[in-house]
Amino acid sequence: MRRAIVTGTATVSGVVLLLGLKPHDDTPSASGRTLSISSSDQGSAAPSTQSTPSTPSTPSTPNTPSSPNTGSSSTGTTTTTRTKTVTGDAAGTRYGPVQVAVTFDGKKITKIDVLEYPTESGRDREINSYAIPQLNQEAMAAQSANIDGVSGATYTAEGYQQSLQSAIDKAGQ
Amino acid sequence: MSVRHVEAVMGTVFSIVADGMEDVEDGIEAAVARLHEIDAKFSTYRPESVISRMARGERVTYDAEVAEVLERCAEVEADTDGAFSVRPDGRLDPSGWVKGWAIEEVSRLLAGAGSRSHLVVGGGDVQARGEAEAGRPWTVGIADPLRQGQFAALVSGTDFAVATSGVAERGDHIFDPATGRAATGFASVTLIGERIARTDAYATAVFAMGPDRGLAWIEAHEGFEAYAVLPGGQTMETGGFAEYLTG
Repeated sequence: MRRAIVTGTATVSGVVLLLGLKPHDDTPSASGRTLSISSSDQGSAAPSTQSTPSTPSTPSTPNTPSSPNTGSSSTGTTTTTRTKTVTGDAAGTRYGPVQVAVTFDGKKITKIDVLEYPTESGRDREINSYAIPQLNQEAMAAQSANIDGVSGATYTAEGYQQSLQSAIDKAGQ
Repeated sequence: MSVRHVEAVMGTVFSIVADGMEDVEDGIEAAVARLHEIDAKFSTYRPESVISRMARGERVTYDAEVAEVLERCAEVEADTDGAFSVRPDGRLDPSGWVKGWAIEEVSRLLAGAGSRSHLVVGGGDVQARGEAEAGRPWTVGIADPLRQGQFAALVSGTDFAVATSGVAERGDHIFDPATGRAATGFASVTLIGERIARTDAYATAVFAMGPDRGLAWIEAHEGFEAYAVLPGGQTMETGGFAEYLTG
């Protein structure tokens, strides 16, 4: 059966986020539309930055996937030097690669940028416009409830989580 | 201390969490190699796989493993009066059995390497063995098909399998072989059983049968429980499902 349901395990610990979703149509690469997903940190003082979820066009510079392990340009000046951005491995999915960059403040994830996701068809874009924020929420829910695995989700979601996990793993090294 | 591995294979991602037994790395390595071997043989996306060649009507050398998989598919097809089909779109495609079986193979190889506890997730299907840690059973979230990012229910247990069939993000992707039309009676249906291959295949069948017939059918099968979310948000469950509910 061509079953498009699939899922990730909820092993992305340390993830607390929730988000606004902004397509950047100015990204040069063909497949590299960038979504910026800013996070908030459930109540406590988040290093909230340019997270204006409802703004369709974004004034800030496009996120550049080529600068891993550098201080995040978007977390402003209020946070500490512990802030760093790590680019996850591109995870292959049936519909195309998914790659994220994760910004950490210490061990806490404060921002996730989706650098690449399938956009071959209008259907892909439609799906990803909600699959990606859904995954952020799942990651958050999973962390809070100590959930070991998830039954039911999507391929892209899996790729997202895989890239996210690899970024977390790299940050921990 | 547990070990974790994520592998992209079979058009999806498999995640393994295993207890830190001595030979854990060997067990995971063997399991991952097995997944790729199964993919090479059974993929419907690889033109050179045995299944693709059979689907095109080419002659293939007898393969005991392929024969066994097709036999299991035929069994489930008979069990479910055709609601599960090895030719869901008219073309040979045993994927509805193969993914779950591949997960079982991972579990078997991990156990062979000494693992007593592990959780294997492949494309939304879960096989759990042992417990997450001493005194804590594994907990699996059932994604809510209607409310993005939320769980419809949390289930926990020590040795069990969880499979969900749903409309999911790709639209009406499960067809009722009886009508040839998309099965839309459920938003999603989740089955709990002992082993994931049959649990997953039955979940596909129950989804195709629809709520009335499907839930009555699974209720009559010992060892399986079901939880369904209907398009309007109502939920239905079999008599023993509540025993797995947690959170």
